[in-house]
Amino acid sequence: MTSALGSAPTGRDDRRARPTPTRAHRSRWARAAGTGWLYVLPALVMYAVFVLRPLVLTLQYSLYDWNGIGVARWVGLDNYLTVFTDSDLLKIIGNAIVLIVFFSFIPVALGLLVASMVRRITTGAFGTVVRTILFLPQVIPLVAAGIAWSWLLSSNGLVNQALRAVGLGGVARAWLGDFDTALPAVGVIGAWVLLGLCTILLVTGMSKIDPALYEAARLDGAGPVREFLAVTLPSLRQEIGVCLTVTIIAALASFDIVYISTSGGPGLQTTVPGLEIYRLAFSQRQVGLASALAVVLMLLVLACVLPIQRLSRGEKP
Amino acid sequence: MAELLTKFPRRRTVLLASLLAVGMTATACSAPGEDRSSTQKSDAAVKTELGTDPITLEMYAETGFPLAKALADEFSKQHSNVKFNIREDQFTVIVENAPRVMASDNSPDIIRLPTMVDLVKDDLLKNLDPYFTAYGWDKFPASQLMQLRVGDNTRGTGSLYGMGLGYSVTGVFYNKKLATQIGMTQPPATVAEFEELLAKAKTGGVQPIMQFNKNTAGINFPHQALQNQFGDPTQVADWIFQKPGATFDTPAALKATQTIQKWAQAGYFTKDANALDYAGMVGEFQKGNGLFMFNGDWESANLDKSMPGNVGFFLFPTESPGGKHVAMSAPNTFGVSAKAKNPDAAAYFLNWVHTNAKAREISVTVGGSSPGGPSDLPVPSAAPNTVLAETLKASQQLGAENGAVDFTANATGGIFAAAITPEMQKLIAGQQTPEGYVKAVQAEYQKELSR
Repeated sequence: MTSALGSAPTGRDDRRARPTPTRAHRSRWARAAGTGWLYVLPALVMYAVFVLRPLVLTLQYSLYDWNGIGVARWVGLDNYLTVFTDSDLLKIIGNAIVLIVFFSFIPVALGLLVASMVRRITTGAFGTVVRTILFLPQVIPLVAAGIAWSWLLSSNGLVNQALRAVGLGGVARAWLGDFDTALPAVGVIGAWVLLGLCTILLVTGMSKIDPALYEAARLDGAGPVREFLAVTLPSLRQEIGVCLTVTIIAALASFDIVYISTSGGPGLQTTVPGLEIYRLAFSQRQVGLASALAVVLMLLVLACVLPIQRLSRGEKP
Repeated sequence: MAELLTKFPRRRTVLLASLLAVGMTATACSAPGEDRSSTQKSDAAVKTELGTDPITLEMYAETGFPLAKALADEFSKQHSNVKFNIREDQFTVIVENAPRVMASDNSPDIIRLPTMVDLVKDDLLKNLDPYFTAYGWDKFPASQLMQLRVGDNTRGTGSLYGMGLGYSVTGVFYNKKLATQIGMTQPPATVAEFEELLAKAKTGGVQPIMQFNKNTAGINFPHQALQNQFGDPTQVADWIFQKPGATFDTPAALKATQTIQKWAQAGYFTKDANALDYAGMVGEFQKGNGLFMFNGDWESANLDKSMPGNVGFFLFPTESPGGKHVAMSAPNTFGVSAKAKNPDAAAYFLNWVHTNAKAREISVTVGGSSPGGPSDLPVPSAAPNTVLAETLKASQQLGAENGAVDFTANATGGIFAAAITPEMQKLIAGQQTPEGYVKAVQAEYQKELSR
């Protein structure tokens, strides 16, 4: 890139020498490329300073025992060994994997269902209202969603009031404070937040499907279910891929909802890697271990997301 | 993002990899962190005069703790050349930020401190010994400043590194109306009497204890209150101050844990305690939804306002009749940053807080806590028939009985979040045994000390 830039003749030379078309073409290309790099330079600098540098530093910190202030001690891969052997940390990673069911699979499955139902009413004022309502949870800050849901799920909250009203008072409990229900309850909050996003993406995808395909399917005698399986689902492969990618990242890197609704409790029942990284780094001041867990989390995200990317694009995994 | 991952052309991958490699070599040469172990001289000359030059003191204080600002305002009123620039954060945020803020070039002069040992180890806190001598703080009761001393990586002895903006005391607040309802005519004199009241409340349909246990373990309050009574409180203090050989795995701690388990099983805590946070607890107590609440005098002024005449306070009772009261009591610790630009003025302010009559009055009326200071200075009185007057009296009684201990939650930087809170949540939900609880807390303690 730089060599092309370096060999580019100046504008004045250009005019005097009356270059051959090929040379002119090449120099124009070089100039355009050079200008192009100039245009992306600010973004590149920001990317290097705020993404690459922290990434590199995290990798470096993960090899040290460091409290964030004093002198760090080189410990090699010890922090990674701790991440993979400490039963608490393994449980925390396991919690994040359980959350994938709630943050990804449920919103995508429900999203498909809802999208097929509202597909026919996407036009007109009513369609706009439906889309807005579905998308609303995505607009609400996660912290606000967490607070609102912790009220709903509290022992005297709306959920329990409703249960008592229909004679199910025996089931009522502090959903977020109970060892058995805390993690699923957090999952429900995540599912609520992400359902709208998935539905909107899927509805948009469905609107691009050629109506002729449905017509053909119907002529072949397909019912709504067959129509869905044979036409809708395959056509939405890319959209489903995007939904899964975004929601799996949201599940594995979750923080806000958990921090607000349960703070990781009771016990370690709802502690997720994001929360633990924050606690290790800033309250327990184990920057090295926190960084190692962060690197492991990053690899876990890539390990989940890359195969989905390949599958959704029709390549072999 | 999604597209980046798979459709990344090979050329750019190479570019990215080489950028990463350059970054790695640039940073990997040196270990992170800096050696700040240049020991401060503790005998450096200090000024006890404020002078007349304009000074701006940078203060880093706790949100929801209006005392610091009230004192600063009064100080500026009395000393017109001194202005304060106050930054406020939630206490948990200060805990997380303090080391980095104090290591930065904009280090505050006066800062609300969490645990001190690490800060002293990293040489971020100013040694206040010269001021101790210059201002004659030896006239303060020695026990008042004991928790603020650090030496050889343990607390309790050594050099002075902080002062209190008020000295808090903890105990049990009770709802007077509910107390009458269950036939409680006076505060319990023994733990057994206290347990009788709990049982009476339960059978009378009154929630016995309103205590939070979400985010941080509020049930550690009653736990330590029991632990203080079931054994030698110096054992507890030694453990908090990290004296060599100290352990949490003691008969007293075990008995306290068994008692908490018994109370949980009997339904003395609310069923949703693990989902109840501090603000929720105070709110429920104010609404009259609980007989007792374990808390500290920082809530006195607030409770006097929200339930006037209907709230009382007592120190947690002793195990046997006539025994010595022991209670968690801690200074609202403020220290002077090692990089402070005006350390002399900061120390002058801390001395003024303890000795100026108006400042002492503000400590009581705004902070709700004893102002500390020399024992020959009178303690300002609070309005009669308030819970503030009761907590102030309790604080003096505790001082006279020499029964103040620090909080077990302050033993190490991570013990509360990493062990006490999750294990206590498990204990009251029946997911942990008392034996398992004391062992788990001790294991985390040892893990942190071995670092």
